[in-house]
Amino acid sequence: MKKEQQIDLYYQMVLIRRVEERGAELYQAGKIGGFMHLYIGQEAVSTGLIAAREPRDRVITAYRDHGVALNCGISANEVMAELLGKATGMSKGKGGSMHMADTSKNMWGGHAIVGGHLPIASGFAIGDQYAGNDNITICMFGDGATNIGYFHEALNIAKTWGLRVLWVCENNQYGMGTSVDRASAVTEIRQKAEGYGMKNGQVDGMDVLKVYDAAKEALEFVRTNSQPYLLEIDTYRFRGHSMGDPERYRKAEEVKKWQENDPIGIFNKYLLDKKIATRKTLDDIEAQVEEEVIKAVEFAEASPEPAPEELYTDIFAD
Amino acid sequence: MAKITMREAISQALMEEMDRDPAVFIMGEEVGVWGGTYAVTKGFFDKYGAKRVKDTPIAENAIIGGAIGAAMVGQRPVAELMTINFGFSAMDYIVNQAPKLHYMFGGQFKVPLVIRAVGGGGRQLGATHSQTPDAVFAHFPGLKVVSPGTPEDAKGLLKSAIRSDDPVLFLEHATMYQVRGEVPEGEYTIPIGKSKVQRVGKDVTIVTYCKGLELSMKAAEELSKEGIEVEVVDLRTLRPLDMEPVLESFKKTNRAVVVEEGWKSYGVGSEIVSRIYEEAFDYVDAPIIRVAQKEVPLPYNRTLEQAALPQVADIVAAVKEVLK
Repeated sequence: MKKEQQIDLYYQMVLIRRVEERGAELYQAGKIGGFMHLYIGQEAVSTGLIAAREPRDRVITAYRDHGVALNCGISANEVMAELLGKATGMSKGKGGSMHMADTSKNMWGGHAIVGGHLPIASGFAIGDQYAGNDNITICMFGDGATNIGYFHEALNIAKTWGLRVLWVCENNQYGMGTSVDRASAVTEIRQKAEGYGMKNGQVDGMDVLKVYDAAKEALEFVRTNSQPYLLEIDTYRFRGHSMGDPERYRKAEEVKKWQENDPIGIFNKYLLDKKIATRKTLDDIEAQVEEEVIKAVEFAEASPEPAPEELYTDIFAD
Repeated sequence: MAKITMREAISQALMEEMDRDPAVFIMGEEVGVWGGTYAVTKGFFDKYGAKRVKDTPIAENAIIGGAIGAAMVGQRPVAELMTINFGFSAMDYIVNQAPKLHYMFGGQFKVPLVIRAVGGGGRQLGATHSQTPDAVFAHFPGLKVVSPGTPEDAKGLLKSAIRSDDPVLFLEHATMYQVRGEVPEGEYTIPIGKSKVQRVGKDVTIVTYCKGLELSMKAAEELSKEGIEVEVVDLRTLRPLDMEPVLESFKKTNRAVVVEEGWKSYGVGSEIVSRIYEEAFDYVDAPIIRVAQKEVPLPYNRTLEQAALPQVADIVAAVKEVLK
C-alpha cells in the first residue's frame, strides 16, 4: 500500500475515535438522544475493510455505524448533525445514531434490528445479480448476530444462489453483555460458514493492514467466483455496548489487556517504526482531526431542527 | 369486457407487468417449476425462465428480506408468501423494515416491493393456516395494504402495486380464485387508496372488502327481494384508507354494517366504525354493527369452521337489525 494511503487510513481511524469521544460527551450532556453505540477500539476493522472495496461495492452494517459512515466518506459534519437530530444529517435527523446512510457513497445503513440487515444484504446481491453487474455487497455484523435465524437464512441463500456478498463478522467478543462462549455453539464464528460450504477466513482486527489484506483477498474471491465469503475479524470494543452499559459482565483487567492493543496505537507505532510517517505528520493529523471535529460540532449545533412538516414527509415515496 | 377468474386476473397482471418492465421479477416458494401453490404463476417459469421466476428456499426472512434488498437497489420484485400465515415468520420485514426504510433514512431509500399473499379461512386448513390478519398489517404506517374483491380490481390494483415505489402487501383470498367477473379489455390500472361503491342502494351502507364483498353482494340480493336496498362500499385498500365514499354513502343512508372476515376485536370494522362516529356522528340513526369472525382459532371441522366465519345470513340479520 502506498505511503499516502497508509497515512490516510491513520487519519480515518483517528477521526472516528475523536468524533465518537466528542459524541460521547454530547450524549452525556443530553444533546444526543436514544441509543448510541461507540466503535472505539474497533476502528481498524471498518477502516481496513472499506479501504479494500471498489467504489461500486455496497456497504451495509449494524447499529454501531458511525465509523463505517466516516470510512465511506460521509463527512463528520453530517455524522454529528444526525447524532444531534438536525435537518442537515444524512437522514434528516429522522434516523439518529443507528441509522446513518448515504446511497451516493454506497453506504446503505446502519440497521438496528440484530441480524435483520443480513437478508437485505443478500437482497442487494440478488438485485445486482439480476442486473448482471459484479458489484459486491459488504455486510458487517457482530458476533451476536450469528445466533439468530436471519444469519442462517441469509448465508444459505447467498451460497445457494451464488450471490456476491462478503459477510464480515466483527467478533468483538460480546453480544451486549453475553460473551461469545455463552451464546454461540462455536466460538470461532467463521466455522459457521463451513455448514454452508462457504469459503471463510479469520483475521486480527486490531491491525488495520492485516484487515485490509484479508479484505482484498476475500473481495477478489467473491468477485471472481461469484460466491459469498465469510470473514471473521477479531476485535474488541473499549467502551460499553451502548452509552447506558454498567459493564458488569467483564473485568477491568480484560479491557485493559485489549486496550494495550489499541489499533490506533499499534498503527501509530508501525508508521513511525517503518518510517512511513514522521512524528510531526502524525501530530499534524491529530491537530487536523481536532479542528474537523470542533467544526463538525459547531455545524451540527448551528444546524436547524427538522421542519415540523418533516413529521409527515417520506412516509410513502409515491 | 371479458369475463375471467380472479386467478386469471392476477396472473394477467403479473404477466403484463413483467412484459412491460424488465425490472419486475417474481420470487417465492414453489412459484417456478411447481407453477405456484395456487397455480397463479402456472406457465411463468417456461415463459420467463429461472432468472425472472425464482424458486426460493422455504425461508420467509430470506424471501422478504431479499426482496426488500433487491427493491432498494432498483429492481421491482414481486415476492410471494405461500400464505399470509407464513408472513408471521417474516413479520420483521413486512412491518418493521419495509415500511420504515424510506422514512427513517430521510427518503434516501425506496422499496418498490409487492408482497403477494393468500389468506382467509374456509378450506379446513386448521387454526395456523386459515387466518385473515389483515388489520394487523394495516396498522403500520409506511406499508400499503391492498385486498381486492373482484377480478377487475385485482388486476388493476396489482398492476398499480407493481408500479408503486412503496412496499405493498397484496392480500388475496384462498376461496376466491375461481370467482369470475368482467375485466376491461386491454391496458388499465386502478389506483391504490380508493374505495369504491360496488352496489348502489339507499337503505343501509355495507362497508367491506375482499371476501366480505362476495358475501355482502349475496346478502344484498337477498335483501333486495324483501325490498331493502343496501349500498355496498368496497374499501379495496386498507392503508391508505379512503373514507370519502364510505362517509358519502353513510350520510345518505344513516345506517351501516361493516363486514370483514377477520376477528372483530381490534379489527378493520373497529376502525371504520370509529371513523364514522368521529367524522359523521350527526348522521347516525342507529348503532353500527360489525359482522366478523368469532373470537376463536379456526377449527378444522367443517361445520365448526363455518360457524366461526361470517356468513351471508349474519349480514342479512345485521342489516335488518340496524333498520329496526
